[in-house]
Amino acid sequence: MSGPSNYQPTSAFGKWMHERLPIYAFVKETALDFPTPKNLNYWFTFGGILAVMLVVQIITGIVLVMHYTPQTDMAFSSVEHIMRDVNYGWMLRYMHMNGASMFFIAVYIHMFRGMYYGSYKAPREVLWMIGVIIYLIMMATAFMGYVLPWGQMSFWGAKVITNLFSAIPFVGDTVTTWLWGGYSVDNPTLNRFFSLHYLLPFVLAGVVFLHIWALHVPGNNNPTGISVKGPQDTVPFHPYYTMKDGFAILVFFIFYGIFVFYGPNYMGDAVNYVPANPLVTPAHIKPEWYYLPFYAILRAVPDKLLGVIAMFSSILILLALPWLDTSRVRSGNYRPIFRGFFWVFAIVCVALGYIGSKPPEGSYVLWGRILAFYYFFHFIVILPLVGLLESPKPLPSSISDDVLAKRKPMLAPAE
Amino acid sequence: MRLVSTAVHADVNRRDFLMVATGAVAGVGAALVAWPFISQMNPDASVLALSSVEVDLAPIAEGQSIIIKWRGNPLIIRHRSQADIDTAKAVKVSDLLDNNPRNANAKGNDGATDANRVVDGKEQFLVMLGVCTHLGCVPQGDLGDYGVVTGNATTGGWLCPCHGSQYDTAGRVRRGPAPENLPVPPYVYLTDTKIRVG
Repeated sequence: MSGPSNYQPTSAFGKWMHERLPIYAFVKETALDFPTPKNLNYWFTFGGILAVMLVVQIITGIVLVMHYTPQTDMAFSSVEHIMRDVNYGWMLRYMHMNGASMFFIAVYIHMFRGMYYGSYKAPREVLWMIGVIIYLIMMATAFMGYVLPWGQMSFWGAKVITNLFSAIPFVGDTVTTWLWGGYSVDNPTLNRFFSLHYLLPFVLAGVVFLHIWALHVPGNNNPTGISVKGPQDTVPFHPYYTMKDGFAILVFFIFYGIFVFYGPNYMGDAVNYVPANPLVTPAHIKPEWYYLPFYAILRAVPDKLLGVIAMFSSILILLALPWLDTSRVRSGNYRPIFRGFFWVFAIVCVALGYIGSKPPEGSYVLWGRILAFYYFFHFIVILPLVGLLESPKPLPSSISDDVLAKRKPMLAPAE
Repeated sequence: MRLVSTAVHADVNRRDFLMVATGAVAGVGAALVAWPFISQMNPDASVLALSSVEVDLAPIAEGQSIIIKWRGNPLIIRHRSQADIDTAKAVKVSDLLDNNPRNANAKGNDGATDANRVVDGKEQFLVMLGVCTHLGCVPQGDLGDYGVVTGNATTGGWLCPCHGSQYDTAGRVRRGPAPENLPVPPYVYLTDTKIRVG
């Protein structure tokens, strides 16, 4: 954030307010006039999309709670009641349910964008780490939300995931009993998950505030990865990026709407429309699509404790990413070798997701192990070595020069 | 000059002590207040009250398994055939992945032999939790590579559908990722054919 505001209110009320609560000056300085690199492409609109999706999830969630009953005998039928009886209940629930998937689609694009353009590098390490914490809270929130309809996948997903904690040496069983409030996933578990599922989005909103704060200290990264050198490199956030983000949000909403209205259960599992039965495990149990790569890593290790450690490490290793990448060049556009490995890594993540959706047998086991090994190999070996060995392409002298160099000659201004 | 510097020095020490003491008292107070908020998540009195169940074993035919609910979990009771028992007894304990009987009724740990998994004289009845020791799914019966194979049919033995763990005819883990044998809950024979679990 830049220095003291030079905003001068003109109206009498504006002056009166400015002396008591300078909120308009704050908004003007940090949002409207905020100097933003002028070369941001559409990959940089997903932060705004994510903020909007958080609001959509909170609003649809609050109204769903008006009709939902967090009790094991009634939870499943209250969700069906929302679907059949409540006015527009089907739409609100499908918005919330698919909203979670959209949230994860957007966050994965946002994360891969950060990885490609080196947005985690100095001075944005804390910004990146807060982002990883947001991602962890998102995963916990989505997991607990998936339990609430109390279908078969809700129940068995909850049981398998909470059992991950039973792998902790010595205190594992005590911890799982404490998480469940009993000896199995049951009514006390459903109640506390409901309570926390309502709480965590607001925690998320608070951490998002920190994320944006940490963004506003160094300012946005950009496709060239080089820092802003002066006013010629930036444009005010409003109207340039309010419009660009707004357009991206609109397009994203069309994509979201196609799922809500034409394929609301495409990303879900049909087994979750069977009420929870604690005595029968479904034949093929798998988590929601956004957890599949990590589920594949869990299953790649034949030992219980080591499997759980590998799964949590695969997420927590992202916290160390700013120090694992030894290159000082941020953007992948100027790093030819890194760029190849980046795309291999992206494909490996998608392939892990595919393996996670398949039963743990035959060649899926072997491929799961190879891909899980590569996932860690990328972070621990490839990134540090490529940064040391690669010779990056020459960087443009400034953002502005880069933008002007890409202009068509006939549009170039006369010097 | 010397006096002033001593005074400053002493003053800082006293403040440090007060800060540490105040902080310590506040820390202990916070921990004490936090405890009820943590403890409330443990199983409550109504959950604990439901923790025992009586089962009549007479209707279970040889080769048949039943699943009942105990403490919210599936409890498997299998009336084992002689072939089940012989297969389990033939296994060397050195071949087991987990040589702890995991039997709440056994005194001490002297190996996960078939005899240590059941009650003496009642070895045809195997009573255990149907909760995979990996991540808690319900293993499916008469499946896997460790049952009794007759032609194409497998009897006894359990296979977990979630991650592929396998258990033998005594409910002992034979293939991972599950780390432990299926646990035998505390139970007693009330009559010749009736047990109380829990």
